[in-house]
Amino acid sequence: MDSAILNKTPERAAGSASNYSSKKSGLPGMNERIQKLRKLSVETEPSLDIERALIETAFYKENYGKYSIPVLRALNFMEICQKKTIYIGEGELIVGERGPKPKCVPTFPELTCHSVEDLNVLNTRELQRYTISQEDIDTYEREVIPYWEGRTMRERIFSHVPKEWQAAYEAGLFTEFMEQRAPGHTALDGKIYQKGLLDFKKDIQAHIDRLDFMNDPEATDKLEELKAMAISCDAAIVFSERHADLAEELAEKETSPKRAAELRKIAEVCRWVPAHAPRTFHEAIQMYWWMHLGTITELNGWDAMNPGHFDQHLEPFYYKQLDEGTLSRDEAKELLCCFWIKVNNQPAPPKVGITAKESGTYNDFTNLNIGGVRRDGSDGTSEVSYIMLEIIEDLHILQPGSAIHISSRTPERFLKAGCKVIRQGHGYPSVFNPDTYIMELVRQGKSLDDAREGGCSGCIEVGAFGKEAYILTGYLNVPKVLEVTLNNGIDPVTGKVAGIATGDPRDFKSYDELYEAFLKQLNFIVDQKIRVSNYIDRMFAKYAPAPLLSVLMDDCIKKGRDYYDAGPRYNTNYIQCTGLGTVTDSLSTLKKHVFEAKTFSMDTILDAVACNFEGEEILRQTILNNTPFFGNDSEYADTIAVQIYDDLLAAIDGKPNTKGETFHLNMLSTTCHVYFGKVMGATPNGRLAGKSISDGTSPSHGCDTHGPSAVIRSLTKLDQTKSGGTLLNQRFLPSLLKRDEDIAKLAKLIRTYFAMGGHHIQFNIVDTATLLAAQACPEDYKDLLVRMAGYSDYFNDMNADLQQEVIDRTENESF
Amino acid sequence: MSLIFDIKKYAINDGPGIRITLFFKGCPLSCVWCHNPESINSQAQKMYTASKCIGAVKCIEVCPHDALTLTPDGIKTDVERCTLCGKCAEVCPTKAIEMSGREYTTPELMRIIERETVFFDQSDGGVTFSGGEPLMHHRKLIELLDRCGERDIHRVVDTTFFAKTDLVLEVAKRTELFLVDLKAWNSDVHRKYTGVPNAQILNNIRALAENGSDFIIRIPFIQGVNADEETLQNEAEFLASLPWHRKEVNLLPYHDIAKGKHQKLGNSYEPGELAPPSDDDLELAQQIFAAHGIRATVGG
Repeated sequence: MDSAILNKTPERAAGSASNYSSKKSGLPGMNERIQKLRKLSVETEPSLDIERALIETAFYKENYGKYSIPVLRALNFMEICQKKTIYIGEGELIVGERGPKPKCVPTFPELTCHSVEDLNVLNTRELQRYTISQEDIDTYEREVIPYWEGRTMRERIFSHVPKEWQAAYEAGLFTEFMEQRAPGHTALDGKIYQKGLLDFKKDIQAHIDRLDFMNDPEATDKLEELKAMAISCDAAIVFSERHADLAEELAEKETSPKRAAELRKIAEVCRWVPAHAPRTFHEAIQMYWWMHLGTITELNGWDAMNPGHFDQHLEPFYYKQLDEGTLSRDEAKELLCCFWIKVNNQPAPPKVGITAKESGTYNDFTNLNIGGVRRDGSDGTSEVSYIMLEIIEDLHILQPGSAIHISSRTPERFLKAGCKVIRQGHGYPSVFNPDTYIMELVRQGKSLDDAREGGCSGCIEVGAFGKEAYILTGYLNVPKVLEVTLNNGIDPVTGKVAGIATGDPRDFKSYDELYEAFLKQLNFIVDQKIRVSNYIDRMFAKYAPAPLLSVLMDDCIKKGRDYYDAGPRYNTNYIQCTGLGTVTDSLSTLKKHVFEAKTFSMDTILDAVACNFEGEEILRQTILNNTPFFGNDSEYADTIAVQIYDDLLAAIDGKPNTKGETFHLNMLSTTCHVYFGKVMGATPNGRLAGKSISDGTSPSHGCDTHGPSAVIRSLTKLDQTKSGGTLLNQRFLPSLLKRDEDIAKLAKLIRTYFAMGGHHIQFNIVDTATLLAAQACPEDYKDLLVRMAGYSDYFNDMNADLQQEVIDRTENESF
Repeated sequence: MSLIFDIKKYAINDGPGIRITLFFKGCPLSCVWCHNPESINSQAQKMYTASKCIGAVKCIEVCPHDALTLTPDGIKTDVERCTLCGKCAEVCPTKAIEMSGREYTTPELMRIIERETVFFDQSDGGVTFSGGEPLMHHRKLIELLDRCGERDIHRVVDTTFFAKTDLVLEVAKRTELFLVDLKAWNSDVHRKYTGVPNAQILNNIRALAENGSDFIIRIPFIQGVNADEETLQNEAEFLASLPWHRKEVNLLPYHDIAKGKHQKLGNSYEPGELAPPSDDDLELAQQIFAAHGIRATVGG
């Protein structure tokens, strides 16, 4: 048979915009305005803004103790909205920046205060650099740092943690999100397109009027919270009015009549929203943008903010104006491009306590949900969805992230259009399955309607948009739990106690005995994690409420409670478990070779692991090549994976949180699998010390050797509806998607995974040669966007470890 | 004995939809360019990948016939002594030595095929029997085709058609679609590059068309063999003369991917004058077929 005298794999040309782009030249962007705005956004180096910290520090010095905490926070937000430098850039149609200019990110010293050393490292490190002037560093040292010393949320959290937690945390058994940033993890629903902030204020007043101080012992607390919400509405309106003033001022001075008219239009829009409900497509986008900026200015919640089903929210405005003849398709697309670039202008706030080597990402995980279903369960796609896909392909910028949501009701045309964008190799969009995540949400107790209105934000986590606080509390390093178990409670990397003693594995007589010990260790670690998470939740509820976010989240106004204090209709805490592939493969190795085939003894493997397989390459290769691994549709390995997954679920799901609800399981990793790998020695599956562990629910890197259908069969043996999200990365070479027929088959692969209950899948369409070339010559590959572990990043911005990981991932090259 | 040398899932180039492809070992042809050289011999073969070898020499220790030695270039096999018992492959920790070709029972193969059913259902895919030459293993092939038919699994047979016409028609009763190779038009050229003449192949193609069976013609498209205008004209005329509804040709541009596998088998690979076709060659071919009402696509 000659079928494999196949089309030669097309080498992805260096520096070409995309794999199959028809546009061969020119800057990305639909017109000159968008090209310029994009260029500015992409080329501006991220910087740090100290203005917010200065305003806040002065405000706290003057006012701390004079008001209730919620009112203090709202007034602090008002102070920032009144005083911060505002910006309207050349050619902009959508306005507003978090900092004084694009790509400039403020600090939040009330939560975590950067030290002078932190600022110096951020200013000088090679990757994910944030520039800051010496003058600003000096001012920060003088004005900001002394006041916050000992007062930050981070210090207060760390001063209260038990030593068992500290030991596990330092060993890298888990991370804690809220030691760096506030809980956010949410997305908005459609209410801000029907109501302005003045309408919300009326609701707030109505609930203040209804407070029953004689019979409700919490009435005073509720009053303070509601007052704070009203103040935060005023603050957001003030902020918009200031932009209207500036736009008018600029219009006066503007020499181009066309631009002057645009500036007057901006002023008109900013006078109307967010005070009132938007009337036009333009106002609707600006409305969202004010809410986005407001919520990421009052606090620095994780995952920025997210408009949720933005295409569905904008659709009525689009068709209405299209029918009226007041908006063309191109004008709508241009406004959306402006929005896209605005999101890209907001890099993630950098961490504190960092080292020069450690790097994160500029991505702040605003992840748009495109397509999906509506509240009534019908298909959610519209022309706006297709416009969004075009923009993803045109602009290919880091932020916002985007995902297509493919339910059984989604038209094939939309899925194929999405697959064509995937083929370009920019890493976006990822693909989600509403049919599964709606079941996940309903299982967690959401109403069916609220579940349908939900979706995925940030990475792959699922929530009821506009109605839920679904807090990611941190990652759990599941392979490390096994490592500690194999060392009877000690972290072999540091020699310190990290867990509990569960017995010397050399004495275990059976696999069951080993697994029992692992489970015991797992439950101990999870309980430590939950204990401190609950404590931190209360810290935020008491000391760092988020009044503006609370206005936007049902039923905070009705309950008179903050977003952090059980105000939302639903309140979930997630623990994100990482490394299912690595831990499954390690247990499979021990089960098969130590307890069943007796290829080698526990002694032998533990000694080999302890010395990082040095001098034991034959043993290591025997393991790598002769063990059933997860992701190959092998019953042996998959049974182990299912057992671990079910036991993670049992350890986490249903544990009480502070809001009368419960913790749930999540299976995402973002980039944390790289950090977790670094704090680990070698593992029994042949993985060497320091190498990253497997991500999300993906197979171990390079260990899925039977193609994507086998991976999918393995993954769907997990009952994914019981999690709050799973994550599957699949790397494809461009040659797999060369013909339109290949696109159709990729679409069918996705449909099959989803028909079988898959939650999420994403594709890296790259080739190794391109990646190696990009490592060798980064300047030539600035556009190389790579999808990994639930987010997208530029290859050049990743550190060497992350780059290596992308290269190591199995290539599903088909011959 | 019918050996299978590979089973490929998410096969997207071997017929409609998402498929599973089973490769039979053994072929009556020995095409110079064959990219699966291990498919030609119907016996199990040893394949050695020097780059994977870490010199563990477990193979040497275990070989009952002292056929193996470690050299600076890796493990060398004395073919005179080697009985292809496969013990070396069993103990090789890196799978540098692998045996190509394994016997499967029909139920075993059916279980493997059936695991992919959900992908077939979603994509209108199915199973493809390839090789080697599946018709060389007609007993096993027909049994598998019947089992698949009972389960409503779409069946494709990818064949050289170097077989008796009776057999072709027997297989056609239980096959939804054939992928038939047309490697060269001139029989001497065909013999030169594949080792066999092509009269029987052309007869079978005609018989299949007259039988009303569905098939796609696949042309391994190679400069120096079949990319010239005269060949293409003749092929197009022949195909246009058939009572053939589908009228679809896949041009599979040649490349030397086979080289790696030849090395593993310990063969040398001398493609000689063979060369990949140019874009112009491909365009010309498409035009010629189109002029005869036949749609020619590049890639399969």
